[in-house]
Amino acid sequence: MLFKKPQVAFYPFMVLRDDYKCVRCKSCVDQCSFDATYYDEDLNMIMNHHENCVNCKRCEAFCPTDAIKVVKNPSTFHPDANWTPEAIRDIHVQMLTGAVILTSTGNDKPIKNYFDHLLLDACQVTNPPIDPLREPMELKTFIGRKTDQLQFDSDGVSIKTTIGKQLELEIPVLFSAMSYGSINLNLQKAMAIACREFGTYWNTGEGGLHKSLREFKDHTIVQVASGRFGVDLEYLETSAAIEIKIGQGAKPGIGGHLPGEKVNEGIAETRMIPVGSDAISPAPHHDIYSIEDLRQLIYALKEATNYEKPVFVKIAAVHNVAAIACGIAHAGADAIAIDGVRGGTGATPKSLRDHVGIPIEMAIAAVDDRLRKEGLRNEVSLIAAGGFRSAVDVLKAIALGADAVYIGTVAKLAAGCTQCQQCHTGRCAWGITTNNPKLAKRLNPDIVAENLYNLLRAWAHDIKELLGAMGINAIESIKGNRLRLRSWGLTEQENKILGVLPAGM
Amino acid sequence: MEVKQIGDGVYEITCGTTHYREVNAKVKELVNRGAQKVILKEVYGQRYIGTGIKGKVKIEVHGTAGNDLGIFLYGPEIEVFGNAQDGVGNTMRDGKIVVRGHAGDVCGYGMRGGKVYVEGDVGYRVGIHMKGYKNLVPTFIVGGKAGNFFGEYMAGGILILLGLNRKPGEDIVGDYCATGMHGGVIYVRGEVPKRYLGKEVKVFEPTLEDMKLLTEELKGFSEAFNIPVDEILSEPFTKIVPVSARPYGRMYAHRWGIATGLIK
Repeated sequence: MLFKKPQVAFYPFMVLRDDYKCVRCKSCVDQCSFDATYYDEDLNMIMNHHENCVNCKRCEAFCPTDAIKVVKNPSTFHPDANWTPEAIRDIHVQMLTGAVILTSTGNDKPIKNYFDHLLLDACQVTNPPIDPLREPMELKTFIGRKTDQLQFDSDGVSIKTTIGKQLELEIPVLFSAMSYGSINLNLQKAMAIACREFGTYWNTGEGGLHKSLREFKDHTIVQVASGRFGVDLEYLETSAAIEIKIGQGAKPGIGGHLPGEKVNEGIAETRMIPVGSDAISPAPHHDIYSIEDLRQLIYALKEATNYEKPVFVKIAAVHNVAAIACGIAHAGADAIAIDGVRGGTGATPKSLRDHVGIPIEMAIAAVDDRLRKEGLRNEVSLIAAGGFRSAVDVLKAIALGADAVYIGTVAKLAAGCTQCQQCHTGRCAWGITTNNPKLAKRLNPDIVAENLYNLLRAWAHDIKELLGAMGINAIESIKGNRLRLRSWGLTEQENKILGVLPAGM
Repeated sequence: MEVKQIGDGVYEITCGTTHYREVNAKVKELVNRGAQKVILKEVYGQRYIGTGIKGKVKIEVHGTAGNDLGIFLYGPEIEVFGNAQDGVGNTMRDGKIVVRGHAGDVCGYGMRGGKVYVEGDVGYRVGIHMKGYKNLVPTFIVGGKAGNFFGEYMAGGILILLGLNRKPGEDIVGDYCATGMHGGVIYVRGEVPKRYLGKEVKVFEPTLEDMKLLTEELKGFSEAFNIPVDEILSEPFTKIVPVSARPYGRMYAHRWGIATGLIK
């Protein structure tokens, strides 16, 4: 047997320090929130507990003399395609703790990314492309139930039909649900400001709405999850829309669990639970065991808010997603949000994050197809989520059949995240997924709001350029327009499911 | 649907088979016009009664209240002369619901304030995930018996089960009582065999403090159904509380758990 713990003996990352450049300013010691760096007074040296390093790169970023590089530990296990270092390390953790391994962010396994296998069309000769710099280009998107047909007054011009409440988006991108608790108030505030400025929406997640964010009411989607944290009539009223959370792509089929040590005064007040108590969201809503029950909750929310708010239902993309989505449409939802296998999270068992659910590309295509076949497509909007990285991914998702896209990880990255997968520890060195006041103040909401605004602006223009090249001047015209997509490197079956032709056809 | 004013600020609605949406809209309209009390007659299972109304208005339900009676309730006092169905007081915040009959499953789900008194029996998963925060402490009292999963996932509040209508040899509660409980307290009149209880809880004899709390909480129930508190307290009670506010703390490990102290 080993005389020390395997985690201490075999660590994945190490901190290299150029002692010649190091001026002993100790900023790396101050910045490290994972106890991986310390100062040895006797030696007058900065030392490391490499085994604690998570490769968040905070020390690297703060070193004034560029003396630090965090690298992969070159000493690794014997090369083995089956027994990868990760597999071995996981065994080591479980044999010591007897526990399920928690992790965070999105699936990091090489699951085929179908967006990378889809190519967009452009106009050449036979129809002209449009220049978005000089010609009007419409990205405005409305989320909500659309009527089957319009009825006109006798004058033939005025519309008689009343259509239900819609969310009006300046870009078909919304910020996806990240709760106060999983992230801190600074990032929520940054998203809220960016949404108000740009004209889109952010989502509270299931942790309630902090009183300081109520002013962003008109750009806030409030979530109702199985734990019902922070849910009361006032919360429901302080929103632009309400989302019932059934599932999440990073953890389909299980509930949430905010550990008691993360529940501080602010979170306790917002979630309305005692300080230090676990915030457990059961796996199911216990008042929803069927589509009929889901309808009951949808209409409870509508009754409570006088039918003034669109009600969304968010599910994870699972094998039978198309049939489930139809059920949700029948149940009366105004929008369905579907979160794919690459969706992120603040905490999930690793086995679920990496192995449960299906890619969002397949889910969008399957759901859009089925809703059309059942004549339900106009009754619900479709919001896709889970691992969207760029404006191109967004546009491809819309061409596959989505109305809009939820982004979460992108917002985190814009706030400085380096994807170290430690959100669940509450120690985020970048001050994003932590509520430790010392760490949380590292995130300046106003600066991040500006970053997020810039990002939305960039994506909007990116989408316009792509649309223009295709000769399209409204996002509405590319929605579900799979003829403008071609695939490469996919099997016949994959093409069939996605409803796209291979390149060359 | 027939609406008539029968007194100063008192209205009567004969519901019949009118859709809940019309009935509830009418109730809201009357409350907005200053109604103090709305009496609903011939209620045939209309859902969501009392939802979306703020303030201390009184609502009487004669007949059978439908699912989600008083869901998200925010102040009104509802009295049901008859039975109620599933989801009574679901995610309720404030107000009072009195049911002079039985109630169905998942009553008091996620309830975080106010009072619910049920005279008769309740179904499965009642009091599930009730919560409490500072002065927001909900109380749910069941006069009769309860089904399985009573007080499951309970995170706060007070859940009281009296079994006053229990016949000799009859169980007061079903299986998996208080499973996953991590806050709040359950009082049961009589004994609860250990095999019915979740492994996250422990059973205690109520202390003097508990008896004081019980006496106080039972006053409202006693008034509502005209049963003296002394009579209710004539049998010994069992107190059920969670062992830990973090029942599943040890079941999850961090991947590199040394920094967090999980791997010692």
